[in-house]
Amino acid sequence: MAKIKPRVKVPKKAAAGEIVEIKALISHPMHTGRAKDKKGNKIPRKIINKFVASFDGQDVFTANFEPAVSANPYIAFPFKANKSGAFTFTWVEDGGAEFTASKKMTVA
Amino acid sequence: MRLAVTITMALSLVAGAAFAKTPYHDGTAEVIKPTDKNHPLGEIVSGYDFRKAMIRDVQDDDFANPAMLVADHGEELWDTVDGSAGKSLSQVFEGCAEVPLDVVGSVYPRYHNAAGKVISLEQVINMCRETAMGAKPYKWESRDMLGITAYIRMQSRGSRVNVAVDGQASAAFERGKELYYTRVGQLDMSCAHCHEDNYGNYIRADMLSQGNINGFPLYRLKWNGVGSTHRRFRGCMKNIRATPLPYGHEDYVALELYVAWRGNGLKVETPAYRN
Amino acid sequence: MKQTTQFSTISRRHALAMLGAAGAVVLAGVPAYADGAAVAAKIKGLTGGKSVGEGAIELDLPEIAENGNAVKVAFSIDSPMTADNYVKAVHVMADGNPTPEVASFNFTPAMGACSASTRMRLAKTQNIIVLAEMNDGSFKQAQATVKVTIGGCGG
Repeated sequence: MAKIKPRVKVPKKAAAGEIVEIKALISHPMHTGRAKDKKGNKIPRKIINKFVASFDGQDVFTANFEPAVSANPYIAFPFKANKSGAFTFTWVEDGGAEFTASKKMTVA
Repeated sequence: MRLAVTITMALSLVAGAAFAKTPYHDGTAEVIKPTDKNHPLGEIVSGYDFRKAMIRDVQDDDFANPAMLVADHGEELWDTVDGSAGKSLSQVFEGCAEVPLDVVGSVYPRYHNAAGKVISLEQVINMCRETAMGAKPYKWESRDMLGITAYIRMQSRGSRVNVAVDGQASAAFERGKELYYTRVGQLDMSCAHCHEDNYGNYIRADMLSQGNINGFPLYRLKWNGVGSTHRRFRGCMKNIRATPLPYGHEDYVALELYVAWRGNGLKVETPAYRN
Repeated sequence: MKQTTQFSTISRRHALAMLGAAGAVVLAGVPAYADGAAVAAKIKGLTGGKSVGEGAIELDLPEIAENGNAVKVAFSIDSPMTADNYVKAVHVMADGNPTPEVASFNFTPAMGACSASTRMRLAKTQNIIVLAEMNDGSFKQAQATVKVTIGGCGG
């Protein structure tokens, strides 16, 4: 099992009112439940089914992933910089395991 | 016999006009003229330029490129103390490699004085772990080895591949060349049939490149992950129904040196992204 | 014994290879509507049968995907994204995969703009349908075809 590790990109600084792009990537095989291993046994479904971005504790963007989302799921989305604060990103795996990452952004 | 005939038909190559639109076909690719007069080709082109925008765009964006997840892991290992000597690879590696860190990625495989033969980057790393760090060697295709090789080669990203094949490297070079042109497997094909005679053409739905290795280790969509040059060699051999050699086999190191030389002059692209 | 097995595998593979070599262009040109009904049912479920408008959704999809394992899908929707006028949710569907759902996204006015980009698996050449739900309960839809030369299911 590959180590599950998130990677996020948030600009450290932004101008007030600027729309910035946030990018997030996590290493995950996204097993669809349809593939078989070398012995012919079905690999059970295990995917990252949800990604939530929150800013200062408030959810701002949610992505719900199905098995059709590629391995190592990638997501990019916009955010309007109004004030300095911290993002928290949460990835939820089938079965309930969660992986998180945080980044601060300063708005001048 | 009939089998052999049908297989030949099956592998008949389709000219690459219908789906072209790669930089190689539209004239926007970086084309290198070989400087070595013994080079078999008149042009050297990276595998990147045989791919369409969907693939190239991902490699061009370090964040979108999932190979970076593995290279990041390598960066962590680089500074991690491991083994009985209490050292990290970053403290001992340049001594082991016999060349500066930012050059390693463009000159390996290389004749290594202490080893007394041509060795690959993976072998230098393991030699370093065992002798200078007192640590266990990494398995060839492990996430650790792929991460550390990707991270080290990335330090040469953008510089030109420049492997030496003369002097003490010449025996391995000649062996690699011999292997490149030797027909193997049930399909009775050599590397040259696809990557020298038919690059730019389609084989089934796949466009053949020159088989240059300037982006390895790289993320391959077929693998859904990162793999080494030797993994790619093994895949090619399976495709032509030959028995693959084990990772790190002397013949694969020789072939790696020879194939790297065919791409001398290309930019190091590690960690690249391919289909 | 092992040899026999290998040979039978080859016969099947080389038959496929011939098909692939001869028919690549033709096959890629045939739109796959295999699961068009599943997508229609899904849209009906999401909209409750309301009419769906066209336009205002810009799609960024490759015309040809060299490999179906990771195909970029991105969209942007022209919207002021204010508290009383914003895009609430976007659903991405594909009509030639084993199941129609790919991903869905929930937006908030805090984002200031409505767009997203991800990567999806496509089993074969098919249509991608993007359905957007506005905060007033209305719907918009856009669609594009992606030709897949190598399917995203190990092919």
